[in-house]
Amino acid sequence: MLTLTCPCCGVSGEETEFAPGGEAHLKRFGPGSSDEDFRDYLFQRQNPRGVHFERWRHAFGCGKWFHAARCTQTLEVFGTYPGQTSTPTPDIIAAIKARRPEWEPQA
Amino acid sequence: MGRYSAFAIAKQAFSHHKGWDRAWPSPEPKPEYDVVIVGAGGHGLATAYYLAKNHGVRKVAVIEKGWLGGGNTGRNTTIIRSNYLQPSSMAIFEKARSLYEDLSQEFNYNIMFSPRGVLMLAQTEHELRAWKRTYHANRIAGIESEMVTPRQIKEIVPIINLSGPRYPVLGGLWQPRGGTARHDAVAWGYARGAAEMGVDIIQQCEVTGVDRDAEGVTGVQTTKGAIRTKKLCIVVAGNSGVMAERAGFRLPVESVALQALVSEPIKPAMDCVVMANTVHGYMSQSDKGEMVIGGGADGFNNYTQRGSFHHIEETLRALVETFPMISRLKMLRQWGGVVDMTGDRSPIIGTTPVPGVFINCGWGTGGFKAIPGSGWATAEMVAKGTPGDLAAPFSLDRFTEGRMIDESVAAAVAH
Repeated sequence: MLTLTCPCCGVSGEETEFAPGGEAHLKRFGPGSSDEDFRDYLFQRQNPRGVHFERWRHAFGCGKWFHAARCTQTLEVFGTYPGQTSTPTPDIIAAIKARRPEWEPQA
Repeated sequence: MGRYSAFAIAKQAFSHHKGWDRAWPSPEPKPEYDVVIVGAGGHGLATAYYLAKNHGVRKVAVIEKGWLGGGNTGRNTTIIRSNYLQPSSMAIFEKARSLYEDLSQEFNYNIMFSPRGVLMLAQTEHELRAWKRTYHANRIAGIESEMVTPRQIKEIVPIINLSGPRYPVLGGLWQPRGGTARHDAVAWGYARGAAEMGVDIIQQCEVTGVDRDAEGVTGVQTTKGAIRTKKLCIVVAGNSGVMAERAGFRLPVESVALQALVSEPIKPAMDCVVMANTVHGYMSQSDKGEMVIGGGADGFNNYTQRGSFHHIEETLRALVETFPMISRLKMLRQWGGVVDMTGDRSPIIGTTPVPGVFINCGWGTGGFKAIPGSGWATAEMVAKGTPGDLAAPFSLDRFTEGRMIDESVAAAVAH
């Protein structure tokens, strides 16, 4: 059972209280961008077997969007952090490194 | 490998059945092959089989990390149907369904194909309209398909509850020539058939890296040493993203766990497959008497082969409403498979940015029914270097061109 803590209201809940929102920190491309960039934004995903940054919404709570870092293989949650950032925060990187010393953030 | 027959059984009985050959050999990898296929699931083995059978390419290795058919081929609910909406989907799924009909004879191995009929319920006005559209599309494509009334449904499936308070059954789409097959036997039959024609099936061997030079792929690194090849075909379902990264490109797929469960065995109660997509549950009865139930897919990426527990409750709640008699049935086993989902819920069969590397993935929640057609189309592509008519619409560049094959609306969640 996946348990997440909402960084907005501080409530911890299991996954049915939250709605998954897919990969986090996608760079948005729209009108005027190249076909490849637009495809990458819409469809290409990291889909790692391991550390994954993703968006969640506290759907049956405060309703706010936030970010989470999670292992897709073990479902271990390294931590959650606010939605108002376009890159993983230094705190969450440190939290992942503490559990996965060999892991390196992707550029 | 000897042929299986009543005569062979009688002959082996004299030696207390100790003289049977292995169903297929277990060779060590050779240093070089014409084609290396990664992944010995149904799709990979079918590709090898049709490469040898249809195209005479016999220096083929199928490399498998675990054991043969141990991934999604052995984890699905064994449903076979071809009543899709889009022409390119109908073509490949109907090719697969029609190939399934003769596979047992072709392999000399019983895959237990049972064309018992697949019934897809319409439980909202929208769903009824959608099935009518699919029905007409199927008829135009020459796929036998019928719209059935609630009364006919009750005759086909007496245990169904038509008047469910929230979602009454308004009609259904009935494919009488759809059905089920024994999923392991499909993998084993293809393995046996391919091995007979000289294909090497190498289990317990993980591909750890892909070698390439400026002109394309040159080989693979595996836990059993390096293997040289000019053609590499990646058929690894849920792990496609991981393998693609090793080969040096990215895919528009996301892996999630899809689960299934079976009940304790009961007497024969239902002799067809029923899919209730609105409430989300689908069920058939196996030859052993277990009710085989398809559950939900997780909404978030994961590789757990387990799935979230709450889906079990949601699925069973829906099915108890549809089939009240199963309310006291105990569930026996539950498991998950890692499925690779694409944006339009249609598969990818095509060349990749790396010359010599081919991919077959993205079957999502509906790959088992496509195994023969997918293998047929992929083998043609690998042998000729470019996709044929069956595979061409499913190319990787459809995501750049915006040429989607939208089955996500047509097939809803129960693909």
